[in-house]
Amino acid sequence: MGLSKQELLRFVDGLPAFPSCVFPILKLTSDINSTPKELVRVIERDPNLTRKLLQQINAPLCGVAHPIRSLRQAAVIVGINTVKNLALTLAPLELFGQDLESTPFFDGQITHALVVGLISQNLARRIGQNAVTSVNFFVAGLLHDFGKIVLHRANPEAHSQALEMANRERIPLQVAERSCLQLDHLEVGALLAKKWCLPPECAASMASHHDPEGPHTPLLDCVQAANLIAKTLRLGDSGNPLLEPSLPEAMARRLKGTLPELLHGLGELPAELYRLRLFLLDQHFVSPDPACEPP
Amino acid sequence: MKIKFWGVRGSIATPGPSTVRHGGNTTCIEVRTDSNALIILDAGTGIFPLALTLFPELPLTAHLFITHTHWDHIQGLPFFIPNFIPGNTLKIFGAFDPVGRRDIREALTTQLQYAFFPVREAELKASLEYVTLREGESVQVADATVTNLLMNHPVLNFGYRIECNGKSVIFTGDHEHLGNIYAPDDPEFDEYERLIQQKNQAIVDFVRGVDVLIADTSYTVQEYPTKIGWGHGTFDANIALARQAGVKTLFFTHHEPTRSDGVLEKVFLEALERNSAQPGDPQFLLASEGLVFEV
Repeated sequence: MGLSKQELLRFVDGLPAFPSCVFPILKLTSDINSTPKELVRVIERDPNLTRKLLQQINAPLCGVAHPIRSLRQAAVIVGINTVKNLALTLAPLELFGQDLESTPFFDGQITHALVVGLISQNLARRIGQNAVTSVNFFVAGLLHDFGKIVLHRANPEAHSQALEMANRERIPLQVAERSCLQLDHLEVGALLAKKWCLPPECAASMASHHDPEGPHTPLLDCVQAANLIAKTLRLGDSGNPLLEPSLPEAMARRLKGTLPELLHGLGELPAELYRLRLFLLDQHFVSPDPACEPP
Repeated sequence: MKIKFWGVRGSIATPGPSTVRHGGNTTCIEVRTDSNALIILDAGTGIFPLALTLFPELPLTAHLFITHTHWDHIQGLPFFIPNFIPGNTLKIFGAFDPVGRRDIREALTTQLQYAFFPVREAELKASLEYVTLREGESVQVADATVTNLLMNHPVLNFGYRIECNGKSVIFTGDHEHLGNIYAPDDPEFDEYERLIQQKNQAIVDFVRGVDVLIADTSYTVQEYPTKIGWGHGTFDANIALARQAGVKTLFFTHHEPTRSDGVLEKVFLEALERNSAQPGDPQFLLASEGLVFEV
């Protein structure tokens, strides 16, 4: 059925490079001391992001009188702060590529990724990370399950079977993936992280985010807890039917809160998520979801 | 037309003995057209004392033009008393927010969430209409026409020009004169300079020949170097603009909130001395709460 393990590995190897603008943009937009020209230069290096940003500014709703044709012109007409905040929203979406079709699986995955990213960043601030370092927690949360997206794109039929098997037999998805594809999303995540030269902690969260009792770092703690919170809130769909009942005690201590306490500390997450989903809709990444109401 | 200043302070209301002469309320300007139609520019805390004077006119129709949705320009809106009385109509005009993807309706509904204010928008008795404006769009208000131009501020900010029977008034909202984000030896410097000149020309054309220019003058030239990019103007930049555009009267407003009356008058006089009088100069005045000016 479908691709062999070797072919899957070749598929991963053939994936596009990691969008180089993502980390610099997220870091520059989190650093109050960064200069406007640094930000404009970083965005300009990514023609795709620049195009999307200009699309947003030139959208009829925005109402600018004359078409804005360059990022520098945008900085003059709508202001550098508007450019900066649009880039902050659009840059993470670059990770999902250009040609993801809108299916329930991808919709659920992308929403899950955004939610875990936002919650992971939120938890990072809770444990004392600053605005700039918390960006790594956001990206790690966003990417933690990326192996699933890759497996599903490489072999949709077999991965769909794995999803069905996990659901039917109430087993972890990675177990079903290994049965159906000889590879699981954690292994693929590790390969991707290596290919993309991601920071070691980010790579670790892609390779092992289902082991709460295993080795821990603040980033791994935040991503794992965020994953659990996202599933508890049923925001998005990770594809994994099993839900851990609570945070391990040691992790709760490190994160300075039990699961209910962390849930209550989320603040503006729903509004932020709603805004990101609107952008995804605009980019035709996801279909309208009647269950996702504005806050 | 008749102009009355109800709020002239920038950023935050500053009641107290040191601001009694010029006033501590945040931005709100009442403009009466020749036929006495009511136009209100911004809904800072100054809109509350304005609202208290409107009872003899009820039921009324008010046209509120919001320059932008920062707190000091909208915070009085929930206290616009005619909103609570049946038969009144409030038409709110303003820009779209491309980052938050919100239209001008949010200026009111966000403040009227139940955690922030006891009355929800749905419970208001007046008829409320929201109009999200495109740049350059004209609105007819009785015998006056209101047009707009995007100015330079960290959120989309419309300057409004009101024309009535050959007389004209402009309020900039919050506006910082444009500066080049590149150093002169940067390769992008010249192109950015050209874009700035185009925008500056559009601003001069918008302001040209106006009878009254009411301009954000938060800072002195000495203060400005540490405030670059904050989106506010200086005495000197506004004097230069008024001279270039042939303005007849220039009101300095959006006074810096830590500035006492005495210091405000001192820095005003210093700015006039620094920009020594020239033939054909506009009349330069400080905006003060309660001041009425007939055009």
